[in-house]
Amino acid sequence: MSLSTTPTPTRWERFRDSYVWYSFKRDRTAQLCLAVFLCLVVAAFCAPLLAPTDPYDLRQIDILDSELPPFWIDGADERYTLGTDAQGRDLWSIILYGTRVSLLIGFGAVILQALLGVTFGLMAGYLGGRVDAFLMRLADIQLSFSTLMVAIVVGAVVKATLGSSFYSQYAVLMLVLIIGLAEWPQYARTVRASVLAEKNKEYVDAARVMGLRSRRIMFRHVLPNTLSPIFVISTVQIANAIISEAALSFLGLGMPETHPSLGSLIKAGFDYIQSGSWWITLIPGAVLVVLVLSINLLGDWLRDVMNPRLYKG
Amino acid sequence: MALLEVNQLDVRFALRQGEVRALRDVTFSLERGERLGIVGESGAGKSVAAFSLLNLISKPGFIAGGDIIFDGQPLTQMTERELRKIRGNRISMIFQDPMMTLNPVLSIGDQMVECLKAHRRISTREARAIALDRLRQVQIPSPEKRLDQYPHELSGGMRQRIIIAIALLLDPDIIIADEPTTALDVTIQAEIMALLLALCESHDVALILITHDLGVVSQVTQRMLVMYAGRVIEQGPTREIINDPQHPYTQGLLNALPQMATPGEKLNQIRGSMPSLTHLPSGCAFHPRCDFINRADGAPRSACIKQVPGFVTSGHCRVACHMVAEMLEERRLKEETP
Repeated sequence: MSLSTTPTPTRWERFRDSYVWYSFKRDRTAQLCLAVFLCLVVAAFCAPLLAPTDPYDLRQIDILDSELPPFWIDGADERYTLGTDAQGRDLWSIILYGTRVSLLIGFGAVILQALLGVTFGLMAGYLGGRVDAFLMRLADIQLSFSTLMVAIVVGAVVKATLGSSFYSQYAVLMLVLIIGLAEWPQYARTVRASVLAEKNKEYVDAARVMGLRSRRIMFRHVLPNTLSPIFVISTVQIANAIISEAALSFLGLGMPETHPSLGSLIKAGFDYIQSGSWWITLIPGAVLVVLVLSINLLGDWLRDVMNPRLYKG
Repeated sequence: MALLEVNQLDVRFALRQGEVRALRDVTFSLERGERLGIVGESGAGKSVAAFSLLNLISKPGFIAGGDIIFDGQPLTQMTERELRKIRGNRISMIFQDPMMTLNPVLSIGDQMVECLKAHRRISTREARAIALDRLRQVQIPSPEKRLDQYPHELSGGMRQRIIIAIALLLDPDIIIADEPTTALDVTIQAEIMALLLALCESHDVALILITHDLGVVSQVTQRMLVMYAGRVIEQGPTREIINDPQHPYTQGLLNALPQMATPGEKLNQIRGSMPSLTHLPSGCAFHPRCDFINRADGAPRSACIKQVPGFVTSGHCRVACHMVAEMLEERRLKEETP
C-alpha cells in the first residue's frame, strides 16, 4: 500500500498537478488572453478609482469640451487622454464605466441562463418522458425567437406599461432578464445531452439502490459530472451576452446614454463618425472586440483542455 | 416466516417487437442470515431478478405479476417513498464493477455520509464515525485517510471493499451482490469473497449472490437457483445440486468447469448459445441445446418441444425438466410394482 504513505494533496496541490494547469503553462495564447481579460475586468470594476472624472456626474461635464480628439492628434486637450465624446465626457472614464456595465450584464445574464438552463436540462435529461418533451419543446420555441425580437417585445411592453423612465432606471436588470431568458436553451440542451450519457452509468444505479431521492441524485451526483461542458459553454455565452447587449444598445434598446455600456457608446459615437470624430465610436469598439476576443480564445482553450476525447482523466 | 418471499414473479419489457418476458414464474424464498446463489449464463435474467427485488426495474421494463414479500410487506405494492426507506437501508446492493459504482467527483466520505443521512437523522460527525467504523470492518489500511480520498485514487480491490462498506452502512437485512468479483484481479477475488462471507456471517446478513462462477457459489452459498432464459430451472441446497445435478443444463454448466476436462483436451461446453428472449424456442427453452431430448430408446420426446415443463421435486430440489419428471415417474412405478 504505497498510497498510505503519501499525504492527501490539498486543493491547490491538486490544481497544480492537474492537466489544466499543465496546459495553461504551455499555451501562450491562453496566458495572454487571461491577462488581457483580467486587466479589463480589474480596470472595469475599479473604474471609480481609475477614472479621472465621473461621467455620471453632470457637474464635471462641460459641453464646451465636446469632441476633443485623443492625445496623439493635434488639438488634443491634455486633461482628456482619449479625447471626449459629443457631450464633453472624458472618453477614457466613460469606457471604464461602460466596460463595467457590459461585464455586469454579461455575467448576470449568463448566471441567469445557467440557473434556468442547468435546472431544466437536468430535469429533462434525468426524468425523461413527458417532462423532457415539454421542456425541450419549450426550448425549441424559445430558440425560434431571436434575442433581439424578445428584447424589442419585452422592452416595448415594459416601456408602455411602466414608463420609459422606469425602463432606463432598471435597464441593467431588464437586459440581464432579456438576454438570460432568451438564451437558456443553449445550456439546457448541452446539459441534457451530458445527463443522458451520465444517467446510464452505474453510480446512478448505485445511488438509486441506496434509496436517495431523484432530486438529490440529479443535483449532487449527476450535475458535478456534467460540469466541464457547462464551463466551456459559459465562456462562449459570456462573450455572446456581451455582444447581444452591445447590439441591443446599438439599436437603442439597451442602456440609456446617461449610463452607457460599450454598445451604447458605440452607438452614440456612430452619429459623429461622418463629422470626423471617429474616436468616439472606434475606441469603445476596439475595447469591445478585445474583450470578446480574449473571452472566446480562452473558451477555445478550455474546450480543448476539457474535451474528454482529447484528454481522459 | 421467511425474510424474503418471491412468488411467481413475472417481469416484462415492453419493446417494439412486443412484450418480452425477462422473468417468468420465479419463485424462491430467503431466510434471515441465509446465503443464496443465483447462477446462469449471461442474459438468463439474473441481474433483472436482482433489480426487481428492489422494484428498480426501469422503463420499458415492469413487474407484470407475482409478489415480492419482504419481512411481511409486499414490495410490489409500495409507494416510491416507502420503497426508498427499504433501499439501501434494509436491502443493499453491490455491483459488478467497482470502477463504475462510485461517483468519480465525490469523496468516499461524502458518499458514505450521504447514504447514512438519507436514512437516519444524524449529524455529519456521527455519520463519519459510522463510516469510519465500516471502513475498519472491511480491513482497509488507514481508513481515516480514505474518507477524504476520491475513487480514482484507490485500486479496484480497495474500491470494492469500500462498496462493501457502503452496503453494510445501515446494517441491512439482505445484501444483493451482483457478480461482486467479476471485474477484479483473480488474486483479489478470493480475498474479497472471503471478506464478504465473513461480514455476512458476523452481521447475520442474508446474501443473494449473483454470479456465473459455480466454484464461488459452491463455497459460499447454502442454497442456489439455476436460471435459464428468465426461468428458474433448478433450485435446492447447493451441495445437493453440485454433487448431483438433475437438469441437463445444470449438468452442462458443471461439466464446463475446467477441472472437469481431461488435461490436454478441449474444455467441455454446452453447444449452441442462450436464445434471445424475443425468439424463445417452444416448449422447454433449453431443448435445442439439450443432449437428452431423445429417450433412452432413441425416440424423440415430443413434450420437450411442445410443452413448457412444470416443476418436479427430486430430493430437496425442484427441477423443471420433462426428462427428470419421466425418470422420477418410472422410478415411482418400479417401487410400486415390486
